[in-house]
Amino acid sequence: MSLQILEIFEPGETPLPHAEAPGIAVGIDLGTTNSLVALSRDAKPEVLRDAAGRGMLPSVVAYDAARPPQVGEEARRVLLDEPERVVSSVKRLMGRGARDIKALAGRLPYEIEPDAAERMIRLKVAGKSLTPVEVSADILRALKARAETSLAREVTRAVITVPAYFDDAARTATRDAARLAGLEVLRLVNEPTAAALAYGLDRGAEGLYAVYDLGGGTFDISVLRLEKGVFQVLATGGDAALGGDDFDHLIAQQFLRQREEDGGGGDLSVGEAKQALLTARIAKECLTEHTDGEWMLEVGGRQSRHRLDIAGFEALIAPLVARTITTAKAVLADAGLAPGEVKGVVLVGGSTRVPLVRREVAALFGRAPLADIDPDEVVALGAALQAEALTGGGDTLLLDVTPLSLGIETMGGLVEKVIARNTAIPAARAQEFTTYQDGQTAMMIHVVQGERELVAQNRSLARFELQGIPPMVAGAARIRVTFAVDADGLLTVSAEERTTGLSQAVVVKPSYGLDEEEMIAMLRTAMENAGEDMVLRLLTEARVEAERVLLALDAALKADAGLLAAPELATIERRMALLRQAMAAEDRHAITAALEALDQATQDFAARRMDHGIRQALKGVALDRLASRLEAEDPS
Amino acid sequence: MSLDRVISGETAAGQRPCWSCQAPLSVRAAFCHACGRIQPPAALDHFRRLNLAPRFDLPTADLEQQYFGLQRSLHPDRFAGKSSREKALSLQHATALNEAYDVLRQPLRRGEYLLELRGRPLNGADGGTIDDEELLTQAMAMRERLADAAGEAEVLALIASAEADAAAILAEIEGAFAQEDLASAARLLTRLRYLAKLTAEARARVAGAGSGVQA
Repeated sequence: MSLQILEIFEPGETPLPHAEAPGIAVGIDLGTTNSLVALSRDAKPEVLRDAAGRGMLPSVVAYDAARPPQVGEEARRVLLDEPERVVSSVKRLMGRGARDIKALAGRLPYEIEPDAAERMIRLKVAGKSLTPVEVSADILRALKARAETSLAREVTRAVITVPAYFDDAARTATRDAARLAGLEVLRLVNEPTAAALAYGLDRGAEGLYAVYDLGGGTFDISVLRLEKGVFQVLATGGDAALGGDDFDHLIAQQFLRQREEDGGGGDLSVGEAKQALLTARIAKECLTEHTDGEWMLEVGGRQSRHRLDIAGFEALIAPLVARTITTAKAVLADAGLAPGEVKGVVLVGGSTRVPLVRREVAALFGRAPLADIDPDEVVALGAALQAEALTGGGDTLLLDVTPLSLGIETMGGLVEKVIARNTAIPAARAQEFTTYQDGQTAMMIHVVQGERELVAQNRSLARFELQGIPPMVAGAARIRVTFAVDADGLLTVSAEERTTGLSQAVVVKPSYGLDEEEMIAMLRTAMENAGEDMVLRLLTEARVEAERVLLALDAALKADAGLLAAPELATIERRMALLRQAMAAEDRHAITAALEALDQATQDFAARRMDHGIRQALKGVALDRLASRLEAEDPS
Repeated sequence: MSLDRVISGETAAGQRPCWSCQAPLSVRAAFCHACGRIQPPAALDHFRRLNLAPRFDLPTADLEQQYFGLQRSLHPDRFAGKSSREKALSLQHATALNEAYDVLRQPLRRGEYLLELRGRPLNGADGGTIDDEELLTQAMAMRERLADAAGEAEVLALIASAEADAAAILAEIEGAFAQEDLASAARLLTRLRYLAKLTAEARARVAGAGSGVQA
């Protein structure tokens, strides 16, 4: 029965739809070209879409010195007009150094900081200096926001997929990006494994399956055994730098060569390099459905036209497709299988739409590949299934492997492998090493990942020094180095001198990774931004609250203005006007103050309305019936 | 060892308290019967880890049934929402299960491991002297054939013959273990190891330079 018009919520306590509800976790496919977020309920995964019904979020971020970054379609539109402030295909740079970037006609599609040769690369965009981890975090924030809008609740936990062939540096970078975006990573799941999960659970598949995953920037091939809810990866392989982007590169190169032959050389700007790649991509997509076409390039203010037909396109990309087939054969050999033993081949990734790719895969396995789950969505769906299994419990079991051998450098720049590729994870192996000089008290441990014999040919993951070895003759110390790979495929290395028990453990922070200080600094920036977000949220809350009070008060005045003396009414109306003024401005405190002032001015009015209301209600009601009537009417 | 026991509270009877609720448990219990929490993995050999009798002629179906069954309840995916201690213990269990499965599913490694359990370890993987005349002669001949092999077909033929030899030796090893003839088992396993190495080299040759191996 009481009037609630003047009840004011404490700032920040307005019940928003994002009420804390634990248990939920989404699946995220953080792709080179597009990213998706999906949620599974009762083993039915669904891609979460934006208001326009789009499931795919282009992995494109546009930066602006003054505004927050734009992600997705908006950013892709910016790419056309102001390519220099847009970052795309950032996944290819995860855990990488400057020397890993591919140039187009001698021009990198990014401005990079010059001193980044030996550490994680930094991009110069719109006056900012950004690591791939920060750009990826912006994409993850957009996916998180999409999920929260779609589900009307807060989302803080996720399963994120990574290419099976991602090395430790790239996996660590992905995890760091999630941390920056405020997401707890329940598990990093390999993309082909996630796809197999979606297929296997959907169709009750059993037996040996191959997953051929050719995305925008990465290629994976995995062979799995599916049996009674167990998804056992037998072998995996791939190329972390081979994908549809490389097809675009080849087309763009051909167009630029043609220009040069026609006397239209000249240096590309960064923006022109990006636009050339964009044109090439449009050409590629067109040639998936049509037999030929003509496209236009504009460099240095001069336009040129370029024709390409499907035969020409296939001749360009044939060597790359052949490379994927060679890798697929090697993976089958690793699994001890002949192509004919595989019961089904699943196609994943947008680049498997290219007809040449489909033909070559079908020829290798001697059967038409499966692509009935949308190759763009299947990985996100699998990730969502795994997220549900990890939070709600589930009966399926994913047993994955490490894609690359892990080892340490020994004398003469050779690699001693400690964990071989295709070892089931989690895994731990120890190996003993010794000193090679009399009285040696320290030992450098250099961790590498890869299959080659020489250190220089593999990826350097980390270096650390085991110190305090007691001086002994050469070969007497026994140093036991233990490698442990967890269920996310992340490596920890520890070393122990066995004669003294001296031990050291290091979490491997890859050479191209972020060190803890950088990570903390980025988190702080993220928190400051979150601080701005909080201010905005409180301001919105205050406005919403003021609006609610004004509406209720208007209604009350319409009904019962007669209960007020003229000066009282004037005061209330004046204060209402002041509140409306404050609402139009940006100061939350001014709104709150005006609201309080209005509250004071209306307290008598509220009390009088209450008395009046009771008197009205009791008019003509016998006293003995009052009690029961109050009980029935008062819900509290 | 005894110090470890004192530290972990293990008693002489092979019991220890649950780290969470202190209920007395067998050291081999993977879960506490009272509070249901996961326990540290016990120090077990690979066969016991998978509840299998130590034998060479291990049916693959038995091995897989045990391995998958145990991973289903102990794998880190089952502990994603649990405390960090439970996560760490699950990681230890799953790692130990993977190691046991990896050793036992490969006949060569299973045989070597059985010899180790019986107190007769083979010589170090690549070092050690080989006094098996027959093996030395055979090894030299096969190595020559591999070196001289002109084309892929010849190498493939060599692989096929090595695999046939390996299958025959495997049957002999089963017999040797069945009769507890560890000396013969050791001799045959050395041969098997050699054949495996040769086959791997030959396969690498076939795969050639353009394999899926990335620099």
